[in-house]
Amino acid sequence: MRSRRLRTKEYRLHLLVCAGTGCVANRSFEIKEELEKEIARKHLNDEIRVITTGCQGFCERGPIVIVQPDGIFYQQVKKRDIPHLVEEHLLKGRPVKELMYTPSPRETPVPRMMDIDFFRHQRLIVLRNRGRLDPENIEEYIGFDGYQALEKALTRMTPEQIIREVKISGLRGRGGAGFPTGRKWELCRRERGRKKYIICNGDEGDPGAFMDRSVLEADPHSVIEGMAIGAWAIGAHQGFIYVRSEYPLALKRLTIALAQAEDYGLLGDDILGTGFDFNADVVQGAGAFVCGEETALIASIEGRAGRPRPRPPYPSEKGLWGKPTNINNVETWANIPMIILRGAQWFSSIGTAKSKGTKIFSLVGKINNTGLVEVPMGISMRRIIYDIGGGIPKGKEFKAVQTGGPSGGCIPRTLLDLPIDYESLTQAGSMMGSGGMIVMDEDTCMVDVARYFLNFTQEESCGKCPPCRMGTKHMVYVLDRITRGQGKEGDIEFLEQIAENVKLSSLCGLGQTAANPVLTTIKYFRDEYEAHIKEKRCPALVCKELISYTIDAGLCGGCTVCAKNCPSAAISGEAKKVHTIDQQKCTKCGICISVCPSKFSAVKKVSPVLK
Amino acid sequence: MDKIDRILEKYGHQRSRIIQILNDIQKLQTYLRRDALEHVSRRLHIPLSRLYSLATFYSAFSLKPRGKHLVTVCMGTACHVRGAPAVLSRLEDRLKIKPGETTTDDEYTLKTVNCLGACALAPIVVVDEEYHGQTTADKVERLLAGYEKPKAKN
Repeated sequence: MRSRRLRTKEYRLHLLVCAGTGCVANRSFEIKEELEKEIARKHLNDEIRVITTGCQGFCERGPIVIVQPDGIFYQQVKKRDIPHLVEEHLLKGRPVKELMYTPSPRETPVPRMMDIDFFRHQRLIVLRNRGRLDPENIEEYIGFDGYQALEKALTRMTPEQIIREVKISGLRGRGGAGFPTGRKWELCRRERGRKKYIICNGDEGDPGAFMDRSVLEADPHSVIEGMAIGAWAIGAHQGFIYVRSEYPLALKRLTIALAQAEDYGLLGDDILGTGFDFNADVVQGAGAFVCGEETALIASIEGRAGRPRPRPPYPSEKGLWGKPTNINNVETWANIPMIILRGAQWFSSIGTAKSKGTKIFSLVGKINNTGLVEVPMGISMRRIIYDIGGGIPKGKEFKAVQTGGPSGGCIPRTLLDLPIDYESLTQAGSMMGSGGMIVMDEDTCMVDVARYFLNFTQEESCGKCPPCRMGTKHMVYVLDRITRGQGKEGDIEFLEQIAENVKLSSLCGLGQTAANPVLTTIKYFRDEYEAHIKEKRCPALVCKELISYTIDAGLCGGCTVCAKNCPSAAISGEAKKVHTIDQQKCTKCGICISVCPSKFSAVKKVSPVLK
Repeated sequence: MDKIDRILEKYGHQRSRIIQILNDIQKLQTYLRRDALEHVSRRLHIPLSRLYSLATFYSAFSLKPRGKHLVTVCMGTACHVRGAPAVLSRLEDRLKIKPGETTTDDEYTLKTVNCLGACALAPIVVVDEEYHGQTTADKVERLLAGYEKPKAKN
């Protein structure tokens, strides 16, 4: 009951230390301990409280500490900064400029979180509680109107009214395909039979997408509340939350949250005295990408290898253990409480004609502000990448953005002004997917990217249906050949042909969409394929077999750093004399280029035209 | 086998929870030992062949013992475009093993993972539970130095 006592106590300041996976990896727990020690040393314990929160989203700048109520945003805080921070800001009331976010060296620091471009352009619905509450304390969630929607749903709404509300809101599945959530619920509700299940799909397998992890870590109760409302609407009494095993922190916080919800009578028997029973359990995945597909996920919960099966019957008719089952992903469930609380009209006023509400994107790759952003549907790619993401690092040229994970495609610069919604992305040859956005610059080779994705799907293909099992393997084979400089005339057409076949004849979504990265890169970056095939050249200087490292004799200062660091002893040269690389010995590890002092920048990558 | 019985107990000897059970055993023993699988097979009346099928389908499970240190290289898309392949190939050269293998002195096991969801730190290498962000090929030597034998003895 420690938390109850804490709540009644008033503090002058709250320090919110981000404890999402990114910041934790940057040792934010040490920062928290150090802050507490320093605060105790200055006898400020009664005035200042330190809280760990879920992910703030601006992972690039971690570890993050926010001082409330003023919303002062400190970034990249190190242990040695703490005494100064406590002394200056917490004791003397002078915020520390050196720890604030500065958009670029020429500009002035931005003190307040809400004035930073990265946060300013976002619209938070799902991430409404991010970084403002302790995810391991249910009372803080309740303090921010948590479980009010559940109370409203159970006491003042019939299941039919809830389903109507969700339908009117226009909410569509955030896991990728975009099926209308209300209709999915209705289908399951209509099924006869007393035993029904609901599932939360937290098997976020798309590389580069981590919004579900963040929601589960930062605000697990919003998902649990959404599921309880859904269970009431559908008529289910048991739910499962399937989380991939690579997310230990999310698993831990979810388990704590479920136990607390049960303690408070918000899960279990006779919820809020309404006579409605609902239980939820966490199921941990075991590292199989295909388990994100709903029938594979169901097989995995049942204790079998996660291989998809043909649909129909859809899970809404025959799902978990043959019973009607409704599956939605984490982000979809987390939208529900807000729709119930604020109404369908409010929700549907945000977004485009066919895609309502907001979408969370994870902005990663060659981008200045890596992190999670929640934006209204219909916003353009350009605004996300430049206004929020701060553009491309080191002044490089933007080349493409990859959306939709291994099922998605690469969108070129010419489509930067595309308003983002389910339809527009599909039309461009990509898809919404879970919302990963991997930004690529001039140094990214598009053939290599296609090979990377196909290699991924080929490894993750469960092997049940031949088009996917063999088609992906064949595409990898051809792409591999092209990146090694052994491409042949006709390879592009051959790839297109296999891609079309795999797309049309695969059993599940994994195979049906696996070719998208190949097809879109051929469509928008055909010249790069041709350079690899015809000229045996990699324009982006990525493909190892097609590049070599050389030292520019005019620039080399003879500092010997490259020779000392070369692991294969391929560099020769004496101090103060020009160094040379023995191409026979060189393994192209690239260490020489990264250790060459910037005052010389003498090591170059080249990819000459070979006939 | 007492500890394994306790895991079975925790999941109420339910056959449907087998993946959770294997997850826990893997955590306990760092890999799935044959005797452990045989024990589970007898207790839950699941054919050993089915356990083998699960253990080989899911990449989180391993049937081989692991070295003292587990070196995991994230091969997610963000890490890929920021240079993870160079880091991996440097580790392969340095440790003289491929992903999934263990060094002959049982010190290191090398593994790749598809995405850790900590893309801001890309490229990421995790050694045991410690995250090393923004790792480049030239940092590999220093990174491994922190785990070399003398220090590991403490």
